[in-house]
This record gives sequence, C-alpha cells and structure tokens, in this order.
Amino acid sequence: MDFVQDMNIKKIMHVLRQAPHGTIYTYEGLEMILIMATYDQDISVVFIGDGVYALKKGQETSAIGIKGFAKTFMALDGYDVEKLYVDQLSLEERGLTEDDLVVAVEVLNSEEIGCLMKDQDVIIQH
Amino acid sequence: MNIGILLKEGPYNHQASDTAYNFAEAAIKRGHTIDAVFLYNDGVLNVSKLMDPPQDDRNISTRWMAFSQKYNVKIFACVVASKRRSINDEVLINGGVITGLGTFTDIATRNDRLVTFGD
Repeated sequence: MDFVQDMNIKKIMHVLRQAPHGTIYTYEGLEMILIMATYDQDISVVFIGDGVYALKKGQETSAIGIKGFAKTFMALDGYDVEKLYVDQLSLEERGLTEDDLVVAVEVLNSEEIGCLMKDQDVIIQH
Repeated sequence: MNIGILLKEGPYNHQASDTAYNFAEAAIKRGHTIDAVFLYNDGVLNVSKLMDPPQDDRNISTRWMAFSQKYNVKIFACVVASKRRSINDEVLINGGVITGLGTFTDIATRNDRLVTFGD
C-alpha cells in the first residue's frame, strides 16, 4: 500500500529565477508552491540568478507599497517544503553568502542542480 | 504522449501565448494529446472575451475558444491570478474555466510532460 502511494508522489521542482520585486513572478510562484505543497507531492525549490534575492535578509518593501514576503519562505518548512537549493555562482556573482539568506538552504553548483533537475518529474519555472 | 500546457504570459504583449497555441496545434497534428491548458500570471488574460483587437490582427481569445471546441481541451485559469486581473465567469470565453491550483497540480502530475510557456 505504501508502495502504491509512493508511485503517485511526483517530484516537482520550482525554479525561481527573477528578482522578488519588480514583477509578480516570484510572488505568484510562491503562492503556487504553497498550494502544491498541500497536495502531498515531493516539492523542491531552486533559486537561480536574481531569484536568490528573494531570500535576502533585511528586505524593506514599505517604500514600494507592497507587502514583503521574504518571511513566507521561512514558513515553507511548515508545509513540508524542506528542499531549498541555491545556485552557488548566482550567490557569488551578487556578493552574497548563505549568511545573507533568511532560511537555511543547500548551496549547490550548476552541475549538481542540473543532476537534480534531471531527476524531476516536473519542473516549473517562475 | 499526453501533454499539459502552462501558459504564464498575457496575449499580444508576449510571444508565449502564440507559441503555446502553435505548439498545441502542432503536437495534436503529430498524434499527441493535449490534456489541458492552464493559465497563470498574466496568462489568465488569454480567456477574456472582452478582447477586441484591430480586424487585421488575430483574436487570441477567440482562437483559444476555437481550439478548445475543436479538440475538446479545457482552458483553465487560476482563480487567484484571475481575480487580480479582472477575469471572472462573466468575461470568460466558452471552453474557459476558472479553477484552483489543485487542478494545475493534477495537470502537472498526470501527464507525460508539462510544457511551460513564458519568461
């Protein structure tokens, strides 16, 4: 029975690639992740390019008149979304380290992320 | 092959809507099945029947409606994304359905491929 159940769980990777503010892609991407997480799928999230800024500590969004959502990434844990990956080169290019991020993540190089992608049933980029 | 389509961009502003349509037509002609089209982000604007482009241009929502009827494929629009963008049942083309992301989760997981169109 457990085996049958496992067969129905798909590996779904969400790829966040854009800056958190300026377009709605990251925010609606996060909304999608939160909903999909309630359907018992094997979900992971990878942050690439400007997507890494979504996790940056100390974002102050009141001046642009929108609700900040960096803290929501901290809540993903509670939705059983525990696989958060960040592209190493994207962090380095932006002068960031793991210490600058609001949540604990696994920093991987491009090749490792590529291997993870190859292993997915579904990849959704935002 | 069974294929689900995710379209994340609005009509006219972005090529993605045209490419998704052309891909869907081509896939069906090759013998594949398009299970459903799911609209997210500005993509939900593709199913507004208020669309009224100049006569010498394609009407993208009418085209999706014809596609939906010809192949019996539903065009789903995310309800939360739709509400943000003034899309509701009153402005919806035939074949368009406003639904939740649970429907999208089904589409993403039950098909051989999910093909995404957008930036």
